Amino acid sequence: MTPDEIFQDRIDRGIKIEPKDYMPEGYRKTLIRQISQHAHSEIVGQLPEGNWITRAPSLRRKAILLAKVQDEAGHGLYLYSAAETLGVSRDQMIADLHSGKAKYSSIFNYPTLTWADIGAIGWLVDGAAIINQIALCRCSYGPYARAMVRICKEESFHQRQGYEILLTLCRGTKEQKAMAQDALNRWWWPSLMMFGPHDSESPHAEQSTKWKIKIVSNDGLRQKFVDQTVPQGEYLGLTFPDPKLKWNAVRGHYDFGEIDWQEFKNVIQGNGPCNRDRLRARIEAHEQGAWVREAAMAYAKKHENKAAA
Amino acid sequence: MNEWPLWEVFIRGQHGLAHQHAGSLHAPDAETALNNARDVYTRRNEGVSIWVVKSSDITASSPSEKGPLFEPAASKPYRHPTFYEVPDEVKHL
Amino acid sequence: MRLGDNALILSQRLGEWCGHGPVLEEDIALTNVALDLLGQARLWLGYAGELTGRDEDQIAFLRDAGEFRNVLLVEQPNGDFAHTMARQFFFDLWHRLLLEKLSASKDERIGGIAAKALKEVAYHRRRSTDWILRLGDGTEESHARMQQAADDLWMYTGELFEMDALDKEMQQAGIGCDLAALREPWLNEVSRVFREGTLEVPKQSWMQRGGKRGIHSENLGHILAEMQFLQRAYPGAKW
Repeated sequence: MTPDEIFQDRIDRGIKIEPKDYMPEGYRKTLIRQISQHAHSEIVGQLPEGNWITRAPSLRRKAILLAKVQDEAGHGLYLYSAAETLGVSRDQMIADLHSGKAKYSSIFNYPTLTWADIGAIGWLVDGAAIINQIALCRCSYGPYARAMVRICKEESFHQRQGYEILLTLCRGTKEQKAMAQDALNRWWWPSLMMFGPHDSESPHAEQSTKWKIKIVSNDGLRQKFVDQTVPQGEYLGLTFPDPKLKWNAVRGHYDFGEIDWQEFKNVIQGNGPCNRDRLRARIEAHEQGAWVREAAMAYAKKHENKAAA
Repeated sequence: MNEWPLWEVFIRGQHGLAHQHAGSLHAPDAETALNNARDVYTRRNEGVSIWVVKSSDITASSPSEKGPLFEPAASKPYRHPTFYEVPDEVKHL
Repeated sequence: MRLGDNALILSQRLGEWCGHGPVLEEDIALTNVALDLLGQARLWLGYAGELTGRDEDQIAFLRDAGEFRNVLLVEQPNGDFAHTMARQFFFDLWHRLLLEKLSASKDERIGGIAAKALKEVAYHRRRSTDWILRLGDGTEESHARMQQAADDLWMYTGELFEMDALDKEMQQAGIGCDLAALREPWLNEVSRVFREGTLEVPKQSWMQRGGKRGIHSENLGHILAEMQFLQRAYPGAKW
């Protein structure tokens, strides 16, 4: 057997691939792209929610939101670490993000306009992310799978806190309920887009599935998300912005309308409402932090020398 | 580029088990690495003791040595309690 | 109330860093400090609320600036990372000394909250001290920025040790402590760390005061406008 065949055989037998094991260059590259994109999404994902930390309406909500946004930074860190085991540095990944070479989830290019958006992000965006992440706990690359297990464990409260925010709003005043409905209207379709293009349009899907770095198909995960989310929304007394959405007893699933793929492509290409702001915020943080990072390094070197002398 | 070096973090939890690898992080020096490890990896009360080691200081076994290093142990099943046949009636063994 | 306001406003300031820190690890660490302080604020304000028949949110969100009792230091803008760390360092040292005293308060609730907060603050102090050393004795640029930050914020440190009529009353009742007596150990510690970090302790200058009496800098109004917005825009709503 060739090394590539041995490699594929291990994957087929469900043996995890570890950092120093042989792996085809394509596997390594695809994983780096996928993991770093995931990490960037966590980091950029801090921004829309961070936008409301200083305005959270109660101290309890403020504490929850702070903890949640902090978790996202932590998850970004776990994922960068997983990618680093494949031989790429965090600096390189960040440089690729800033240059536009690497992507992050387009969902974070939409603005958080009201407090209800914080609820919608937790309920829908985290809900969609968790479905994808639970599947990835079984992926073939050991460090990535382990990071996913940890992330899934920590994220279980994220979706609940979002739903709780919306539940409180829906039980509140007329204005509050309208706020919740407006948030659902704006976040529903972008959440469905998070699962990516149709499987038939997905360029790397087949190879990634064979390598077990993609576990369930985009459309399969999207259907699962719709099926579990619609009853939750009905319980809130909210209406989904999709006239075609209805239960199909024959299929045992909800039918739903077609996504606006033009919008999807447009946002990926950088024309979403917040693309520029998000990237600029990250670049500024990185550039303005440069002197801090250099100072700490300089201090460490000075004191290492002192200790050695 | 002047990236902070990578450190591996090991944490001992509440239950008396040995330190376990928790993950890695970047820090300029050992003291900061320890602080960062506390902030990053014990946000949920996971640990009571932390070790940090520079990743570059770790020597790892390579996959090609997996045979000589680990197969001998695999052929010594008598080290494991389930190797021994004990009648069902005998309890608390 | 003063303790709660200090913790709340500083936490609010630190929350502004979220997602904008110089490095991911530091982002997470700063948020931990913000979370600790917010937790402390809730304990202090919750207790103050019990005594005055209000809940923590009514106290935090429905008072105007003149009713806030935090010191001027904590409402100062984040500035660059050096300013944030200088503010934190000055505050942490004082906060720890204060909580040490208060953990022996005759008021059991105050003693209990202080003892719990003390553990967190001991760690805050360790972190901010580490950063003073690293920025002070790091590069030429970081040294200059750190010194500038210390100089800029120095005039807000005097207020920390001021004893007004209420402080004296509390001290006599064995509930509070003598803030003026904290000045010497605080200054010794600042001097020690600054010396090690090759920084100069700022020369005695005019000290600003007023926060404890509700006379704040212009900053606080903006902080509250942001923080209280939803509670003010939708009176009586539950969140």
